[in-house]
Amino acid sequence: MADVPVNPGRRRFLTGSAIAVGAVGAGFATVPFLSSFEPSARAEAAGAPVDVNISKLAEGQMVTVAWRGQPIYVVHRTDKMVEMLPSLDSQLLDPNSAVASQQPKFADNFYRARKKNMFVVIGICTHLGCAPIYRPEVAPKDLGPEWIGGFFCPCHGSKYDMAGRVYKSMPAPLNLLVPDYIFATDDVVRIGVAENKA
Amino acid sequence: MIKELGKWVDDRLPVSHFWNAHLAKYYVPKNFNFWYYFGSILLAVFAIQIVTGIWLAMNYKPSAAEAFNSVEYIMRDVNWGWLIRYMHSTGASFFFIAVYLHMFRGLMYGSYKKPRELIWIFGVLILLTLMAEAFMGYLLPWGQMSFWGAQVIISLFGSIPYIGPDLALWIRGDYVVSDVTLNRFFALHVIALPLVLLFLIGGHIMALHEVGSNNPDGVEIKTNKDEHGKPQDGIPFHPYYTVKDLFGLSVFLFLFAAVIFYWPDGGGKFLEAPNFIPADPLKTPEHIAPVWYFAPHYAILRAIPDKFLGVMAMGSAILILFFLPWLDRNAVKSIRYRSLAFKVVLFSFIVAFLGLGYLGTQPVTYWNTLFSRIFAFIYFGFFVALFLVSKFETTKPVPERVK
Repeated sequence: MADVPVNPGRRRFLTGSAIAVGAVGAGFATVPFLSSFEPSARAEAAGAPVDVNISKLAEGQMVTVAWRGQPIYVVHRTDKMVEMLPSLDSQLLDPNSAVASQQPKFADNFYRARKKNMFVVIGICTHLGCAPIYRPEVAPKDLGPEWIGGFFCPCHGSKYDMAGRVYKSMPAPLNLLVPDYIFATDDVVRIGVAENKA
Repeated sequence: MIKELGKWVDDRLPVSHFWNAHLAKYYVPKNFNFWYYFGSILLAVFAIQIVTGIWLAMNYKPSAAEAFNSVEYIMRDVNWGWLIRYMHSTGASFFFIAVYLHMFRGLMYGSYKKPRELIWIFGVLILLTLMAEAFMGYLLPWGQMSFWGAQVIISLFGSIPYIGPDLALWIRGDYVVSDVTLNRFFALHVIALPLVLLFLIGGHIMALHEVGSNNPDGVEIKTNKDEHGKPQDGIPFHPYYTVKDLFGLSVFLFLFAAVIFYWPDGGGKFLEAPNFIPADPLKTPEHIAPVWYFAPHYAILRAIPDKFLGVMAMGSAILILFFLPWLDRNAVKSIRYRSLAFKVVLFSFIVAFLGLGYLGTQPVTYWNTLFSRIFAFIYFGFFVALFLVSKFETTKPVPERVK
C-alpha cells in the first residue's frame, strides 16, 4: 500500500460522490416513513355521505350528526332568525361570504344555505377546532345584551351569527365551513354530496 | 475473587475510569445551595416515568374503542395499577415543577452564560421534547380533555400559511383526531420521544461535565487550582454531592408520595375533571384548559386576537429561550453581584410567567384577556429589557474565590 502514490483529488471525488449518492438514497428512504403518516386508505374511505332526517326537527332546534368524524350541525332556523341576518353585517368580519373556501357555490348567499330556514354547517371553530355551542337565545347573561342568537365557541370565545358568520375581532379568522350537501328528499339532508345526480 | 473479577471487567470496559471522571474525581463547587437539587431530582423523575410507563403499557390499549376503558381497568382491576398510574400522572406534573425550578436556577445564577451556552441549549431542547412527550401522553387516556386538547394543539399547526392544513392532516393521519392519531401518539410517547429525551439528557450532562458546574457565586472554580491540579473551591461529586442529592431526593419523594396518596388529581390541576368522561368528538367541554404546565404558553396564545400571530407568539415564547445566552450581554453570572435593575426585570418575568400560568387555566373574560396581554408583554419585554440592562448595569465586584 505504502508504495502506491496517493491521489488526493481522486480520493476526494470518490468520497464526495459516495456521500452525495448515499444522501440521495437516504432521502428517498424517508419517503415511506413520512408518507405513512398521511391518512390511510381506510381513513379516506370513511368520508362516505351521511343522511339526516329533518322531518322532526322543530323550528329553532339543532341536531348534530357525525360525518368524517366531524360534528355537522343542522339547524332549523325560524323566519325571524333569517330576517335578522342582514342587520348584523356591519359587525361581521366577512358578511358577504367573500372567502370562497368557506362555503360551496350554492351557499354563497346571505343565509349561507340551500334553503333559507335549514342551515347546515361543520361544527368546528375555524380558530382551533373546538365545537362551538348553539346559543339561539336572545341576550343571555353571559353573552351580553346585544346577542341575538348564534354560535359561541367555549374555548377561546369566538362568536358566530345564525349563519355561521364570524364577528369582527374574534380569535377565529373565518366563517364556519359549510359542507357539500343536497336535499335527497324534502325531509332528508345528504351530507358529503355536492350535486343531485338523478 | 471479586476484586479480580472487577479488574477483569475494568480491563475490558472503562468502568473505573467512568466512575472517577464523573463521580469520585469530578470536582464540583463546594457552595451549592437548595437550587442545585433539581438536576438529580429530574434524573430520578425521568427514571420513575420510564419504569411506571413500561408497566402501564402492559395493560393499556392504544385504540379509540378501548383506551378509556383500559385506563379504568388499570385503575380498578390491575393489582396496584392505581398506584402505578398515579405515579406516572403525578410524575408528569412534578417533572415540570422540577424543570421550571431548575431553569429558574439557571436564570438566577447565569448558568446559561459562556462557557455553558450549549448546556442551556440542550436544556431548552429537553424542555421542548418534554412538552411534546407530555402532550402526546395526555391524549392516551382518551378522555374529553385529552381529545379536545389534542384537537386544539394540532389545529395550531393548521394556522401556518400554505402548508398548515396539510401539516395538521399529516400529524393526525385523519380528518379529525381519531383512533389513528391515538395509536401513533402512543408509539411516539412510549418509544420515539423517550429515546430522544435520553440522548438529549446525555448531551446535557456530557456538556456539563466538560465545562463543570456554575455555582451561586458565579465563580469559575477551575481558575483556582492547587498544586495537584484540583480546584481549590471544588469537592468531589461522590461522596459529597451524592449524599446531599440523596437527601434532597428523599424530601422530594416525600412530597411526591403525599400527592400520590392524598391528592392524586392535584385539585383538578394534575388530572382534570373532564378527562374522567370518555372522548366525544361531537361535543367540546364547556370550558377547556390545558394542564397547568402548558397554561402560561396557552395564555399567550389566547392573548393575541389573531390566529396565526397567536401561534407565532406562543412558539416564540419558548424559542426565544435559545437566544438567552447572547441576549444577556453581562459577564457577571450570579444575581448576587448584579444590579437592582436586573433583579427587578427577573422578578417581573417570574410574576408574568406565574400570572400567565394562572390566566391560562381560566375562562375567557374581558379582564382575563387584558391581564394576559399585560403579562405577555412583560414576558417578551424581559428579553428586551435584559438585552439593554445587561449592557449598561453597574455590577458589584465578583470575588476571586467562592465564599
